[in-house]
Amino acid sequence: MSEALKNFGVVKAEEMVLNMGPQHPSTHGVLRLRIRTDGEIVSHIEPHIGYLHRCFEKHCENVTYPQVIPYTDRCDYLASMNNNHVYAMAVEKLMDIELPERVEYIRVIVAELQRIASHLMALGAMGLDLGGVTPITWTFRDRERILDLFEYTCGARLLYNYIWIGGLSHDLPPKFVQYANEFLDYFEKQIVEYDRILTYNKIFVERTADVGVLPVDVAISYGCSGPVLRGSGVNWDLRKNEPYSIYDRFEWEAAVGKGEVGTLGDCWDRYWVRVEEMRQSVRIVRQALAQLPKEGDVHAAIPKKIRPPKGEIYFRAENPKGDLGFYIISDGSPVPYRLKMRSSTFCNLSVLNEIARGWMISDVVAILGSLDIVLGEIDR
Amino acid sequence: MELAEIITRVNTAVPGAIVPTEDDAGFIQVEPKHWLKVAQLLKDDPELRFDSLMCITGVDEGPEGRLWAAYNLHSMELLHKLEVRIFVNRKNGSIPSVANLWRTADWHEREAYDLIGIKFKGHPDFRRILLPYDWEGHPLRKDFETPDYYRGMPVPKDKRGWE
Amino acid sequence: MDLSLDHRFEKDNILVGKLDDLINWARSNSQWYFQFGLACCAIEMIAAAQPRHDLERFGAMPRASPRQSDVILVSGTVTLTMATRVKRLYYQMADPKYIISMGSCANSGGPYWEHGYHVLKGVDLIIPVDVYVPGCPPRPEALIEGLLELRKKIREETPLRKVS
Repeated sequence: MSEALKNFGVVKAEEMVLNMGPQHPSTHGVLRLRIRTDGEIVSHIEPHIGYLHRCFEKHCENVTYPQVIPYTDRCDYLASMNNNHVYAMAVEKLMDIELPERVEYIRVIVAELQRIASHLMALGAMGLDLGGVTPITWTFRDRERILDLFEYTCGARLLYNYIWIGGLSHDLPPKFVQYANEFLDYFEKQIVEYDRILTYNKIFVERTADVGVLPVDVAISYGCSGPVLRGSGVNWDLRKNEPYSIYDRFEWEAAVGKGEVGTLGDCWDRYWVRVEEMRQSVRIVRQALAQLPKEGDVHAAIPKKIRPPKGEIYFRAENPKGDLGFYIISDGSPVPYRLKMRSSTFCNLSVLNEIARGWMISDVVAILGSLDIVLGEIDR
Repeated sequence: MELAEIITRVNTAVPGAIVPTEDDAGFIQVEPKHWLKVAQLLKDDPELRFDSLMCITGVDEGPEGRLWAAYNLHSMELLHKLEVRIFVNRKNGSIPSVANLWRTADWHEREAYDLIGIKFKGHPDFRRILLPYDWEGHPLRKDFETPDYYRGMPVPKDKRGWE
Repeated sequence: MDLSLDHRFEKDNILVGKLDDLINWARSNSQWYFQFGLACCAIEMIAAAQPRHDLERFGAMPRASPRQSDVILVSGTVTLTMATRVKRLYYQMADPKYIISMGSCANSGGPYWEHGYHVLKGVDLIIPVDVYVPGCPPRPEALIEGLLELRKKIREETPLRKVS
């Protein structure tokens, strides 16, 4: 509970139950929150999910391994490339496929660009939730540039189906490296602008600093990951701690919250981690573009028949919103026997009651914005 | 810590908890009745310290088989991983809930119940999570049949005009 | 302004025409849409409202309340749980109201058509749809096209003589 409220003394009002959602502009989709309040102070929040349950796992049991990729796109629709990447890596590990260098580099480039795009959406939406309309117009302006790069690469704006098992659907188009570098030059300056309009904006800081503090042990117990966990000061980034793909070849640092303007683990820290991650992603993309091998066939390692051997695998990797895990059981046929997606925001959302208790209803919006949820991934 | 060492450690603390499996299985299979004790040990033992539960997967083996749940554990301190599997009877078996040890198990267990139909005993708030409360059946079971209507709305593919 | 006016008096600022045309002109140029993000298409809907595509130049403005809006943009997969809410929100809107079904999922169930036990196979099973925008997801330009098509439809109506 905030200091101001503590000084206010104990006021007991009649308990009220408030329904927020499933149609509410700041629930980021179709989330429904059942909020029990004492006056305006939240005493309990119960998230009701499942309004976007699209039967992802049932579809996976009925379609072949490559056909699952378009469905992974639609789970976390703000980070389609990363979803493709994690799923492809999981199946490749199951089948033991070696990839050409060029494929690995292109995958890292598109995945990191997608990470920037996803964080831009998170920043804009959080600004909008807290009452600022300008940030989302700025972030979308820059996000469109990334989407242009993706459209130029594979023809789709939002759902790409670009990373295939063992390769990619298309090679990079000519001049992609030049265009990407131009974008990075432009974008690095824009991050400074975001700092001005949002990060160190007095109103924004007042609304987010010290609000919704998430202690480390609670975060780990609830299985939080990604910016939510790092915002609490835990240096845990799978790209660093369990390096997959070729992330160990680049020089970068994991963004970890420091409690710069408030308590460690508050909404502002979770927000700041995202801003810092965009900077680091720019660094990674720059290095990857510079090291990108000129030669290499992106279709070379794609197997003719995708029939993983009998067995199970649990593979996880770092998505913009946290650890995305796939538990795949193969029975030797071209169709997965069981495919479970451990979604990051599913776990991140479950912590909401823990951190939003004792805050005002208007702070719930700030906390929800800082968790950066995507309902497509929560409900699958 | 290697899998073999974990097995010996668990076996000395809770005798008879681990069901012997093949040597290269890569997981440990635990009896449902011992699971709570084993889970406590895995979480609190200074040499195991599995403080994070990554995932719970419910699996159905088909109408003739059993149901099972796979727990993927990870230790953020000691950086090792473990997969625990618990098999239960399809009709009336249940697994003790670990929602009080790892809070994330709360929602994962509810999901496993919702989609597969594994019951978790001692769960603080045991009900469906993704599907509506009046839904019948568990859709990820291999013998699940989609109902024709839900609250008056047609559910299976309606092929009028498509053929 | 494409009013089908009978006469035009240049000097006195007088227009002679049908009242229907005037009403339709006003209505078709301010389609306030109900911001109803359901799934992936919602992101493209937001993108359509942002600077690059700028939906507001067509007089279309997002509203968060069904009472204030003229058009529902059903953007994304309608699940069975959500379907009851969509229906309720539709009945909360004031007449005249229109529906644009955006994306394959809202049109027909889309990629979730065959095995989706919890997906409604087309929002037109529960509410009447005026314009279908195909695509998975449709580009913002496609959504704008859909709004323009709806505009054409509104202009052909006769609001004074009640349409059955």
